[in-house]
Amino acid sequence: MYTYIAKRLLVAIPTLLIISIFVFSLQKLLPGDPVLAMAGEERDPEVIEYLREKYRLNDPVPLQYVHWLGNAVQGDLGISLRTNLPVLTLVGQKLPVTIQLAIMSMIFAFAIGIPMGILAAVKKNTALDYIANVVALSGLSIPNFWLGIMLILLISVNLGWLPASGYRPFFEDPLNSIKTMLMPAFVLGNALAATLMRHTRSAMLSVLSADYIRTARAKGLSERSVVLEHSFRNAVLPIVTLSALLFGELLAGAVLTEQIFTIPGFGKLIVDAVFTRDYAVVQGVVLCTAFGFILMNLLADILYVVLNPRMRASL
Amino acid sequence: MAQEPKSGAAASGNPAGAAPSGAAAAGNPPVLSVSGLTTSFLTDGVWKSVVQDVSFHVAPGETVAIVGESGSGKSVTSLSIMRLLAKGSSRIDGRIILNGKDVLSLPEKEMRQVRGNDAAMIFQEPMTSLNPIFTIGRQISEALTCHGDISKADARAQTIRLLEKVRIPNAASRFEDYPHQFSGGMRQRVMIAMALASRPKLLIADEPTTALDVTIQGQILDLIKLLQEEEGMSVLFITHDMGVVAEIADRTIVMYQGRAIETGSTADIFHNGQHPYTRALLSAVPRLGSMTEHKWPLRFPVVDVVTGERSEPMEVADTVDRKAAPILKVENLTTRFDIRGGLFGRKVGAVHAVENISFDLFQGETLALVGESGCGKSTTGRSVTRLVQPNAGKVNLDGRDVLRLETEELREMRRSIQMIFQDPFASLNPRMTIGGTIAEPIIEHGLGTPAQAREKAADLLERVGLSADMMTRYPHEFSGGQRQRICIARALTLDPKVIVADESVSALDVSIKAQVCNLLMDLQQSLRLAFLFISHDMAVVERVSHRVAVMYLGEIVEIGPRELVFSNPQHPYTRKLMAAVPVPDPSRRGIKRNLGVDELMSPVRPVGYVPPLRRYREIAAGHMVRIEEAA
Repeated sequence: MYTYIAKRLLVAIPTLLIISIFVFSLQKLLPGDPVLAMAGEERDPEVIEYLREKYRLNDPVPLQYVHWLGNAVQGDLGISLRTNLPVLTLVGQKLPVTIQLAIMSMIFAFAIGIPMGILAAVKKNTALDYIANVVALSGLSIPNFWLGIMLILLISVNLGWLPASGYRPFFEDPLNSIKTMLMPAFVLGNALAATLMRHTRSAMLSVLSADYIRTARAKGLSERSVVLEHSFRNAVLPIVTLSALLFGELLAGAVLTEQIFTIPGFGKLIVDAVFTRDYAVVQGVVLCTAFGFILMNLLADILYVVLNPRMRASL
Repeated sequence: MAQEPKSGAAASGNPAGAAPSGAAAAGNPPVLSVSGLTTSFLTDGVWKSVVQDVSFHVAPGETVAIVGESGSGKSVTSLSIMRLLAKGSSRIDGRIILNGKDVLSLPEKEMRQVRGNDAAMIFQEPMTSLNPIFTIGRQISEALTCHGDISKADARAQTIRLLEKVRIPNAASRFEDYPHQFSGGMRQRVMIAMALASRPKLLIADEPTTALDVTIQGQILDLIKLLQEEEGMSVLFITHDMGVVAEIADRTIVMYQGRAIETGSTADIFHNGQHPYTRALLSAVPRLGSMTEHKWPLRFPVVDVVTGERSEPMEVADTVDRKAAPILKVENLTTRFDIRGGLFGRKVGAVHAVENISFDLFQGETLALVGESGCGKSTTGRSVTRLVQPNAGKVNLDGRDVLRLETEELREMRRSIQMIFQDPFASLNPRMTIGGTIAEPIIEHGLGTPAQAREKAADLLERVGLSADMMTRYPHEFSGGQRQRICIARALTLDPKVIVADESVSALDVSIKAQVCNLLMDLQQSLRLAFLFISHDMAVVERVSHRVAVMYLGEIVEIGPRELVFSNPQHPYTRKLMAAVPVPDPSRRGIKRNLGVDELMSPVRPVGYVPPLRRYREIAAGHMVRIEEAA
């Protein structure tokens, strides 16, 4: 088990390195010069030269990369060109927001997608199955921004149940923090629920026709135990992998949804940074997101082994 | 409070006395009585009946076998009794009385109490019939806890007793083990333990030994018999194997195309079968030891299913060309597969799949490689065709040094040696017409124009007993037997000299198996083909081969002319293998009692393992036996 985790960690290192090179060079390919953007209207050559020296933009590109990576490993992701704040501080401000939103969205996604998927599989080809499919399809096809606006209109404006915006940090005011995030989390989770539902349904269908399910029924087990224990415990394996991918995507931030509900998350941070050619911030955010993504997949791989005794044997 | 899960067994009286032979108590009401059972499935909006008007009964303590080929409806019959068919798409009519309960009128909730309590079931595939993510202890105790209030601790104790009952060594320590930690035979024991949990009146065994090796099959059959005597239960045994039927059943029901065409005592069915199909089925069954009178391979007799007319096989002249050099010469062939593990994938051991084997194969000859799973027979076939890369040795095929060929020469070489595999469903491309499949090698090797290739394909289809106008059809339009004929036609396309037939008839029904074997022998006679016939089925091997090599753990333990090896087996493993084959003759049953739990050994060896040097003893001309050195 530990060897397995060590092995996965070792594999993660080159992945991260490749991503860092990719992130770094992508930046260099973007059109536009941040120094010009910073130097203001006058474009004083002396100021420009000073700024170039300060941000080491005159070094050869590989050297810039090594320097940048060396700092990044020590937690120094540079200074935001726009706000003059350390990137780490910016990320530290936004990351909890994004994580909270991601977790709440996943809870919605699980709560909607998995029961619907199980139900659709058990009641295959009945009205219930068709309804679940239609719901899932609409979840996929309704744009998030539209659903968000509609929810605000209905729940905040007309019914006044939940605030339309106004983020509160979780650790200062947990109740209101959750309240303000309910709607955006539902909007995001609803879209993911559709994907989850489809996968749960097909995983359940293939498990339900397995020989060992026939054995479970022949034993005289109740249908509940056959479906929820014998079937779902097996069907959950592919769902774990999928969930890690979906969660990773959420970590990258959800620009539109954050915008509509004015949530200060990663999505807004990265869009702002790209528009102002704030190199360091873009690099920092993308690197953090990638790190999160790899971490989630690592967790999924480990969870997979924990849930699947056959994998444990082959380690 | 320790309580026995069900005390119902006491009511059925003397378990030991009720069990054996067909004379099962006439006065007692039957445990199971089925009348007018008709089961239909909804396909494309139409109800199609797969089982039609089947009636039979099973008396207390009796063993009844339902025998039939695939599609005869035997499994559907058993699933109907347990009401385990999908609800929406199946319909069961008729009357099923199980232990006094009218099964078809019970609500689902009460039916659950019937399952496991009144009747329990074991299935064909021990590898997939257990839930992979739960421990076997949990799965067995579940069968106890779901039927009554029994505490967890009691269920555990009871489970361990059950595991001991089915003779699983160190039962208590294996409670927390997962199914994948057991071999196939052991898993089937676990299944049986689960089925016995609530002491059912009836055990339905649906092909319980079909997927097992023959020595393991013997163990499981004996175990079922013994437990039946101990528990006094009835057994409904579903199988396609006449040998197993003869071995175990008091009465037999023969099913054909959804109908029970003949019912009677097993002895009557075997010696005095009335229905032509029964006779056709029995004549197609290879019988071990029936070939002592014959020097050369013998075709199976063919009995017409409708008229019952029997055409005796004609004797085949010797097809083997012994004067010429062998077409295939294998010397000291060794193939191992590394096992890697640890943080950096170091080599931690190796599967010694094929270890230092040598044999010759002459033009027109059939050499059988026989043995149980993991003995290396398939790897040998793949090594001589270089589908896997052997580690050492020499393979000489028609003057070519096979193991030294480069890519282009290897392609050339493969024209002379072709393979036919076990599963005719998986080995044909579903998106290619069969004409295209057969013609492909010719076009691929640049041996002819598409028109010539089509002509050849048409010719080959006729040769394997199909017709040329089937060329445009796709594989799914053919039955298993027909597909295997197509695979044979494809193998013949390039006029090979040697054909490696890897379990080529194992997946086929008995009557189809006999036909395909006959076809292979016909082709051998007309084309002087040499066959490397890989099989686990001793009876078929005896029928079709000139020489036999018995393999065990990657090595040949005995090799020689078929009549010598079968009439005078010398190696203990050969004897064990032959003793385990069920004899399709009810009057010769019970010759052996094999209650051992020996498992198949594994050919996995640690790094640095040096295989012992083997020496062979020549019993008679060409009959070699490995000398077992005292350890």
